Amino acid sequence: MGIRTLAVAAMGVALTLAVHGDAAAAESVKYKVVDESSIPKSLTGKPGDPKKGRALAINRKKGNCLACHVMPIPEQPFHGNIGTDLNGVGSRYSEGELRLRVVDPKVVNPDTIMPAFYKTAGLHRVLKKWQGKTIIGAQDVEDIIAYLKTLK
Amino acid sequence: MGKRHLGAGLAVGALLAASLAVPAGADDGIRSGYSYMTPETKGMQDDDFQNPGMIWVDDGEKLWNTVDGKAGKACATCHKDAATSMKGVATVYPKYDPKIKKVKNIEWQVNNCRTERMQAKPWKYESGQLLAMTVYIRHQSRGMPMNVSVDGDAIPFFQAGEKFYNQRRGLLDMACKHCHADNAGKNARANLLSQGQTNGFPVYRLKWQKAGSTHRRFRGCNKQVRATPYKAGSDEYMNLELYVAWRGRGLPVETPAVRN
Ligand code: HEC
Ligand code: HEC
Repeated sequence: MGIRTLAVAAMGVALTLAVHGDAAAAESVKYKVVDESSIPKSLTGKPGDPKKGRALAINRKKGNCLACHVMPIPEQPFHGNIGTDLNGVGSRYSEGELRLRVVDPKVVNPDTIMPAFYKTAGLHRVLKKWQGKTIIGAQDVEDIIAYLKTLK
Repeated sequence: MGKRHLGAGLAVGALLAASLAVPAGADDGIRSGYSYMTPETKGMQDDDFQNPGMIWVDDGEKLWNTVDGKAGKACATCHKDAATSMKGVATVYPKYDPKIKKVKNIEWQVNNCRTERMQAKPWKYESGQLLAMTVYIRHQSRGMPMNVSVDGDAIPFFQAGEKFYNQRRGLLDMACKHCHADNAGKNARANLLSQGQTNGFPVYRLKWQKAGSTHRRFRGCNKQVRATPYKAGSDEYMNLELYVAWRGRGLPVETPAVRN
């Protein structure tokens, strides 16, 4: 078996934001979508930390944004290409527009593959251990937004 | 195909590899998982001496000829030589069975023969025996085009499978179609997404280090999006298996395929 085959096999299913995540947060924060295009207000009122946001985007059990997006994170091999290249996304959208696209991208595109990272409503057959949970917590969302804003 | 190998006077392995090489796809852009594999993985599948799935073929052949159960019969007692009696079977399964008024797959049919005709115990889903027998039976159709029937009585079951395929599920809220129809050919990190076809099943998967069934794969894909899977052998997966087999219509049966 070739080395490349071995490497790919060992990698397993990277997309899976995998089965053994840390306990995720419940959706405890209410938010308001404005004009079906933006969530202008911070979920927590606390400023996000772009360094933490970058780490969350890499973490397969948290944001795992790299599963689908090319991002300026050169030390990580294998960026996915299912979604848009996120280079420059901080210039293309306002903070509120970015927040909506992370919290619930289905408001913008009902058919998108991108998960809603902060939503518990309307889901079907969620595994017991994830029921009532969101993929990431409210402060995680803010950290990721802070990071996306640096992608000018 | 194969002409140059014929003249080359190489080992039988090379000859087999040439004659079994699988076409990259059928009509309408329908593509086998094979066409997304690396050259190394393709090579493993193409050469019967390297293909680790062939062990399940050998085991299946032994079981085919082994008497089991109170009736004192083997599969071979009724079906004789599998090379003729089982040829083409994989292309038309899953199929509607008027006796049970449901869709059945090969695993189900094997166990039905065991309990009804051999008076033997059914094999557990994903057991070594049921995998080996399924691999062996499907292997008899290798190279033949998939051609399941989705007409007549099969229609509601086909439609249920189609609905399953397109329904979002799990915390990640994705349907089969999001990965295997909308985004086939794209990369999810290191994973190249295929069309999720079943023509090579049961496949030898390098990640599993063994052969695995279609329903095991369905369960894995459900769990990946953090959805509660169904049981292997459930009606839901039978219907889904029919729909997915139809999506792969025209693709050659590859069992035992090798996948990452
Ligand atoms: C399973 C795939 C997937 C994952 C995981 C994913 N995205 Fe996306 N994302 C997409 C797709 C596809 C689009 C394209 C727009 C659409 O489908 O509506 C998109 C669009 C976006 C956009 C809008 C970009 C533009 O230029 O319009 C942003 C911002 C974004 N994603 C951020 C993220 C962040 C941040 C994460 C991780 C926390 C993430 N995405 C995880 C698939 C994904
Ligand atoms: C989050 C993405 C995702 C979803 C959703 C998904 N799968 Fe998959 N599936 C994969 C990946 C990754 C693989 C391994 C690489 C490949 O063949 O695409 C795979 C492989 C498969 C295979 C094996 C293909 C082969 O040639 O060996 C089948 C069959 C399959 N999936 C069916 C399904 C079905 C049916 C569903 C819905 C119940 C589904 N998948 C949902 C990501 C997904």
